[in-house]
Amino acid sequence: MNKNLILYTGILIFGLAAPFIFPAFKVQLSILCVLIVLATTWNIQGGEMGYNTFGNILFYGLGMYLCASVQVGMFFPLAEWTESGGEKTFVHTPAQFFQGMAAGLVVAAVIPTIVAGLIGYAILGLRGHYFAICTLGLGVAAGEISGGIEIIGAGQGFTTPPFPNVGGLEARGEFFYFLSFGALVLTFLAVRAIYSTRFKLILNAIRDNEDKAEAMGIETMKYKIIGWMVSAFFCGLAGGIMGGLVGYIDSTDVAFDGREMGVFMVLMAILGGKGTLWGPVIGATVFHVFKEGFWTFFLGWQYVALGVLIVVIVIYFPEGIMGWLREKYPERFGEVVDEADRKAQVELK
Amino acid sequence: MDFMVFQYPMITIQACLDGILLGVLFALIAYGMALQWGVMNIINIAQGDLVILGGYIAYFMYLYGIHPAWGVIVSPIIMYFVGVGIYKLVINKVVDRDLFISILATFGISILFMQLMNFAFGADVVLANSGYGTTFLFDSNVVLPNSKIFSAFVSIVFAICLVIYMKKSKLGRAIRATAQNARAAKILGVDTEKVYAATFGINAALCGVAGALISITFTIHPYMGLPYTIRSFMIVIVAGLGNLPGVALSGMGLGVFEEFADYILGTEFRIGSVFLLLVLILVYRRFKLSRKREYLK
Repeated sequence: MNKNLILYTGILIFGLAAPFIFPAFKVQLSILCVLIVLATTWNIQGGEMGYNTFGNILFYGLGMYLCASVQVGMFFPLAEWTESGGEKTFVHTPAQFFQGMAAGLVVAAVIPTIVAGLIGYAILGLRGHYFAICTLGLGVAAGEISGGIEIIGAGQGFTTPPFPNVGGLEARGEFFYFLSFGALVLTFLAVRAIYSTRFKLILNAIRDNEDKAEAMGIETMKYKIIGWMVSAFFCGLAGGIMGGLVGYIDSTDVAFDGREMGVFMVLMAILGGKGTLWGPVIGATVFHVFKEGFWTFFLGWQYVALGVLIVVIVIYFPEGIMGWLREKYPERFGEVVDEADRKAQVELK
Repeated sequence: MDFMVFQYPMITIQACLDGILLGVLFALIAYGMALQWGVMNIINIAQGDLVILGGYIAYFMYLYGIHPAWGVIVSPIIMYFVGVGIYKLVINKVVDRDLFISILATFGISILFMQLMNFAFGADVVLANSGYGTTFLFDSNVVLPNSKIFSAFVSIVFAICLVIYMKKSKLGRAIRATAQNARAAKILGVDTEKVYAATFGINAALCGVAGALISITFTIHPYMGLPYTIRSFMIVIVAGLGNLPGVALSGMGLGVFEEFADYILGTEFRIGSVFLLLVLILVYRRFKLSRKREYLK
């Protein structure tokens, strides 16, 4: 426990100091925080509950649009803003910007949670690949439909309010970094707290055998919906922050980007190791570093690299980094290993 | 919204005929999906991208001055080998694994194909002009391009040929045996590995035919793959595996639905409505089954 405390304090201090140590990478670090949040929340479904969803992108995109809409709509007419391309006609004062952002983030977190609760009863009754394809359809449908709605910019996109002119050149990067880092800390602590309760055991029971869990008297549907609502809350929050960070929302390329972000969150969780607390964090970090490398060195070929990466990870590395570590050093994970048994297994291989 | 559809019966007839001719094509793609799903228990997200690739083969023949209708013969032959190649490289490693693994792996293939096609052929919407002219019905109130009639006809011919092949030939029998019980088939001397490769190849060949027809009739674009995957998935879950008349009928039904969605909601919501319909169908079936304490699996 004591060792854990030192570790967490170390990471927290590093996180707080990071934008000052690497000032050039502030935006990348902010994106990394958002990615970790997404991977961690996907892991609640895919890893712990055994429901492999492609649909968490729905909450992410919803949060993004909601946050920006509230931020603009609180002070200016939304339709005129999106029609004029935004910033040219109306300017937020600093106070308006921050108030709007705060209100927007609250809405961006709450509404997706409610949506998850409403559709959860219908969707979570599906199992296995039907659930996966259904959520895939849901995410793409949301993207296509939001691309046809005029008031949020339709096909031409939605420019989020530009950062007000306060606090010097570095202020924007630092603001969004600390915002996303705060969201990350919040998510991590919440998920960590959840994973130490009976709730996590119930989710694992659902993953291992849902029929048996039901037969044992667990109201599986209730817990599945709650699990999805927790995911939706943090996904919406991450989406809201990402919208402000990117500064421009497009229905299929930024918000409901099932082809990129929707697959990334699955991939990061699998790369790190599904069903572990630290897996998604490690996976997201490794993935982000690799991805930026790919995006820089293979410019134009990045999707080809991404496709190959998905296939390779899924086929050759389905247990992820944590799974590999666990096989290699089981003692570190609190598993008692009989040395003779282990040797016998190695010889068998 | 536009309710012209209900006021002018001719538009209704037009939409229905268009939808049926389109639906036959969907049914052909869905038949391929049902085949591999039934035999290998794999859902191939790259199905639509195989269709588009088949379409580009026909389009290339058109660019080099060959009539694109010959693509119906050439494209499946090339696509068969592409399918077998994909099987040997990727699919045979995920056949016995968790279904989600195969979904993700084929999703990766889909992204890969999408982007490679984008590099090879450019991001323009293209069409191979067949020059077949049009047919006018009902005092030229209903306009049907002959290419659509041609494509529906060819699809039906291919489907019938395939059904006969599956019934009569040795490989067809082996495929059906593997679908029923892979282990028993193996014990009785069926080389299941070969059967799987052939099944995936046949599926890809069917996609090739459909793609060639789509490039003649409609348009193709590197990123248009996913909707075809979703359509064929939807048709298969509505019809059920191995229900061939069901696949044909629900394919046509989906085609008609799309044409009406196009007229009533507007073209920008066409793809969205297809995806939404998938969600609605799944949810409907889930509630229907949950009355009997069952679930889709």
